[in-house]
Amino acid sequence: MPSVIKNLAGGKSIAGLKAPRSRRGDSNQIVDYWFGGIAELGDFESIATTTVGAGGVAEIDFTSIPSTYKHLQVRALVRTNRASTRDSLYIYVNNDRTTTSYTTHNLNGDGASATSAGYGSGSGVGAQSGSLLGNSVASQTFSVFIMDILDYADTNKNTTIRMLGGWDSNGAGDVFLNTNAFLSTAAVDRIGFDPVNGTGLMEYSSFALYGIKG
Amino acid sequence: MTATYEPISTQTLGTAVETVTFSSIASTYTDLVVIINSFASVASDMSMYFNADTGANYSRTTLWGNGSTAGSLRSSSANFIYITNYGSVRTDQGSSVHVVNIMNYANTTTYKTVLARANASVSGVDLTAGLWRSTSAITSITFDLDSTRTFQTGSTFTLYGIKAE
Repeated sequence: MPSVIKNLAGGKSIAGLKAPRSRRGDSNQIVDYWFGGIAELGDFESIATTTVGAGGVAEIDFTSIPSTYKHLQVRALVRTNRASTRDSLYIYVNNDRTTTSYTTHNLNGDGASATSAGYGSGSGVGAQSGSLLGNSVASQTFSVFIMDILDYADTNKNTTIRMLGGWDSNGAGDVFLNTNAFLSTAAVDRIGFDPVNGTGLMEYSSFALYGIKG
Repeated sequence: MTATYEPISTQTLGTAVETVTFSSIASTYTDLVVIINSFASVASDMSMYFNADTGANYSRTTLWGNGSTAGSLRSSSANFIYITNYGSVRTDQGSSVHVVNIMNYANTTTYKTVLARANASVSGVDLTAGLWRSTSAITSITFDLDSTRTFQTGSTFTLYGIKAE
């Protein structure tokens, strides 16, 4: 049976295939946005990006986030300096480090079994991510996550965060679904990330913040 | 601030094929997203590999649910990344959708990690973290089914680029 290879450099049509949408003059299609909603192309914008340099950093902090979007998304590569395979992140909203401000629920797969955990109000100084990488596996290996902060500027309800993330190191790994609540109706204008166990984030860790219009 | 989530290419299959490849992918984005709405000649798991590398350089950890049980599994030193378990490609049109996030694909310092969601309405759902142990920039992505099973005519594969400023 044949295979199909689409060469993106050539721009030539291939028998049986449609030309790229960008070449069909339809530049404003609807995207079936991956988390189940619908976004208009052009309504997903880069706000800020931080990539950790040599020597690492203690934490990442996005400040003065404008309220002009409907939702926020953070896409990240993470490796903390904890001398262990696993770590996780505290997520601080509006730099609120009060233990009663957050709750977390989690579903995790570790390659052998699925487990679920919950952390009620009072259990941590921030919302908690699922399992991410510390600093013991091959240095080129990073964990990743995609985090959505829904209706972040709405002052009528608490803020819900959800995360999809994980890592694999060829012999170990975790993958997780998370939801967190920030128990405040304040608009979100600041988001920070800080290792739960490590004291900092390793070089090449990267956090990109995007805004999604509503 | 600029629009940053852009369609790069869509393939709507005009004939049944065993594999689908996006090649010559530009390095101008930060992440790639592939949305697949496909069906197969025979229900099958779907795998993916990069830059035509079919060496034992891949691994994955998967969380799955099948309607009655949740579990997790792992593959190591594999020749590709399986992105499905219960969320496999089905034979009926429109019942299996897969979304693959390829993070920092053009980075030449780190290995490449994939987050994939598999959704099959008649069999289950999966979430996979996959690893390609290579620091090469990804310039091509191939999707494959088990054995000689084929993606059927009308299956769609859309590649998007997300660019961070």
